[in-house]
Amino acid sequence: MGPNTATTAKPGSVDDQSVDAPLLEPQVDNQRDLPPEPSGVMECEDLNVYYGDFHAVHDVNLIFGRHEITALIGPSGCGKTTVLRCLNRMNDLVAGARVAGRVAYHGADIYDSKVDAIEVRRRIGMVFQKPNPFPKSIYDNVAYGPRVIGMEVDDLDSHVEGALRDAALWDEVKDKLKQSAFGLSGGQQQRLCIARTIATKPDVILMDEPCSSLDPIATSHIEDLMVDLREQYTIIIVTHNMQQAARVSDRTAFFTARPDETTGNRTGLLVEFDQTKTIFSNPSDRRTEAYISGRFG
Amino acid sequence: MTTTAPIISVTGGDDPGPTSLAGSRRPGEMVVMLLLRVAAFVSVAVTVGIVIALVGPALNFFQQVPVSDFLFGTTWRPNFAPTEYGALPLVAGTLMTTLVGMIVAIPFGLGAAMYLSEYASPRVRRVLKPVLELLAGIPSVVYGFFALQFITPTLLRAWLGVEVGFTNALAAGIVLGVMIIPTIASLSEDAMSAVPDALRQGSLAMGANRMQTTLRVVFPAAISGIAAAIVLGISRGVGETMIVALAAGSQPNLSPDVREGMQTMTGYIANTAGGENIVGSVSYNTLFAVGLLLFMITLVINMISIVLVRRIREVY
Amino acid sequence: MAATVVAPQVLSTSKRGHDSSAGSLLFLAALWLSLAMAIVFLMTLVVTTAVDGAGRFDSALITEYGSKLTPDTTGLRAALLGTLWLMVTTALLAIPIGIAAAVYLEEFADNTRWYNRLVELNLQNLAAIPSVIYGMLAVGIVALVGIQRTGIILVGAVALGLLILPVIIITTREAVRAVPREIREGSLALGATPLQTTWRQVLPSAIPGIATGTIIALSRAIGEAAPLLIVGVAVTVRFDPTGIMSAFTAMPIQIFNWTSESREEFKVAAAAAIIVLLGMVLLLNGLAIFIRNKFQRRW
Repeated sequence: MGPNTATTAKPGSVDDQSVDAPLLEPQVDNQRDLPPEPSGVMECEDLNVYYGDFHAVHDVNLIFGRHEITALIGPSGCGKTTVLRCLNRMNDLVAGARVAGRVAYHGADIYDSKVDAIEVRRRIGMVFQKPNPFPKSIYDNVAYGPRVIGMEVDDLDSHVEGALRDAALWDEVKDKLKQSAFGLSGGQQQRLCIARTIATKPDVILMDEPCSSLDPIATSHIEDLMVDLREQYTIIIVTHNMQQAARVSDRTAFFTARPDETTGNRTGLLVEFDQTKTIFSNPSDRRTEAYISGRFG
Repeated sequence: MTTTAPIISVTGGDDPGPTSLAGSRRPGEMVVMLLLRVAAFVSVAVTVGIVIALVGPALNFFQQVPVSDFLFGTTWRPNFAPTEYGALPLVAGTLMTTLVGMIVAIPFGLGAAMYLSEYASPRVRRVLKPVLELLAGIPSVVYGFFALQFITPTLLRAWLGVEVGFTNALAAGIVLGVMIIPTIASLSEDAMSAVPDALRQGSLAMGANRMQTTLRVVFPAAISGIAAAIVLGISRGVGETMIVALAAGSQPNLSPDVREGMQTMTGYIANTAGGENIVGSVSYNTLFAVGLLLFMITLVINMISIVLVRRIREVY
Repeated sequence: MAATVVAPQVLSTSKRGHDSSAGSLLFLAALWLSLAMAIVFLMTLVVTTAVDGAGRFDSALITEYGSKLTPDTTGLRAALLGTLWLMVTTALLAIPIGIAAAVYLEEFADNTRWYNRLVELNLQNLAAIPSVIYGMLAVGIVALVGIQRTGIILVGAVALGLLILPVIIITTREAVRAVPREIREGSLALGATPLQTTWRQVLPSAIPGIATGTIIALSRAIGEAAPLLIVGVAVTVRFDPTGIMSAFTAMPIQIFNWTSESREEFKVAAAAAIIVLLGMVLLLNGLAIFIRNKFQRRW
């Protein structure tokens, strides 16, 4: 990444002018050497999701590697967000949603009847499509998670500061921690939501199109941040933006939707899952290639 | 990618694995959930309580007075020998005051609703709706006083020259109607506002003017909501107590002449109650028998209204 | 249809098109009249009552107890204090239960279950049951519990509390429903329990809406005479209420009694008392509107 990565080692390095503009061509930015098979933190086995009678996702098998960024891409309605929301049981909140198959977290099925969805969400955090700060102060937004889960924190102030620094937001908000989070810009709000998630020390962070409502500069801030956070967290991101997947992710899963012959309902399914550079340079499936090269979707 | 480790950092993330996802039981939360559930079912308990509270004494009453005498008898004389317990005069009194009330409330309520929904600018609506709400907020005992002090002596006798009694169903009904206007106006406006704009535009595009659009397109499309509003208005009229207790009179009367005084079901309850009735006495039981009849009538009316409201929800 | 006979060249002469035809204008006038009538009625009521009661806007109206013997100086002291006690007790009974019920129904209840649908139907019906019936219910409850006197603050508050319970539940549900789903999801995704989410996020955001609805409900209860009449609230009270088991009278009851008296002095006192009561209702409504405009968040 460029010099604009904001970490605490380089305070004040957030410099809008040196930010890379989003690329027009998908260009794989990750030169990391990855093991051929991810060492799985999370795993989906034959995952099927239904909303009532509607079969939303069909037989998805995926492994999410530790300290890697996995991108879920594909056209609208291909079930990628549905899959993401299954990974921390946010789909439990949707009336009529039903999950079949297995979603394993460190080998344990999170849909086991003994498992508590709240415990799952404490380990697997989520950042949403639209920034959704709470109607509270910036400080209280970040402190909310540690407070509600009863985290033992020596000093909440420095804990909040740490989370805001990790989210590359500290320098911008340190003088107005008591002000409402609604006063921040969209990009700052989204980084606040990331800080809020980090503050609860999750293991995995799910991101559902985190940049879709942001401008290009804010988007590049968030992308830089994701790459930084990869050092400590396992990140799974849903994105509409192929360039984004190419820039930040280590591995990419491509989904598509298949219409049902009788009902016309579109069921999402996984087409291809591989290292991002392979997906973008040498996809093995024709549908992936068509999507990547912009001929479809 | 060269990331220097953050100095102050939340060093989470490297969780070696789940200790247990099973989660604690959170007993405190289970207690709170139980309390919330209990609170929600209080409302059902209220209905059950009403039925029990009314049916008990009413059953005692019906051991002495046959149900058919109560429902179809034409003389209501509970206080003087020979006592008679025919509730028809009370029902008729309720019917007459409510009828007068609806004659006032339906045209004015619908007129107000049509203006607010189809003609008024948002700013005008913001000013006028609170005025209507204020009309709904006036205590009914105040309406009763007004009927007695102004409507009967000034409006009816002096200005309109109508020969009315000191208490009469006409004055009570007129004031009752004004009290119901906000109910009908507000619910009808909701129903008309819910009519999709596409219908209006379709009508206007064909060259119809606003009046024609309002009367021939919006009104029919909103009819079940408007009907629900009117039915709910009827329910309020039947159940209103203080206006009729003060202004309609306390003489049971089967006459259709609204210039006379009439006692309604609620009027009888208000005039008879007052703490002097010993639990279990005949007058106490009579009170509850009339209360049960009133409850049944409003229950049926409310159900009709609820069914009508459900029907609009299905349409849009 | 007027539209079919309008010649094309007429179009430019009339800005508002055929909305200005005689029938249309008459129709609009009729609609105007409907609203004007309501406003004129309201003004007539307030003005004539104020004129009727003009002779009694004195300090005795507030400081003296009600009296049958001295109609010139009969006062509202007991009624004002009684109403105050009654409203506080009613609020304490109805608000916690109402909010708890609303939160359960809106946040936790599975609406596909028949018993939750029954609660729903039941609420709609309860909101439209005549207020006298609630008085009878309170009497029934008291008979069950075995309290001897019924004309006490607690019993009156039970009647009024149950009366406004459906209104509080319905308005609280609307306020809770208006809190966006994103706020709930954000909280849950951090590992907060549904109850923590409700308590720390949903309820604080819904407070202005809940407050507005609750105050409007209380402003309805403050003028309710019918249930209190059934409960057997005393007519003449010449002492201050001392607690919830105290006998009492209330503003609407006092007005009802004075109106029913034949002597003119009592009518004047009733008119003056009505202005005081209307002032209280207006104050509560004003407070509700103030809260709605000042604190209500537009998401």
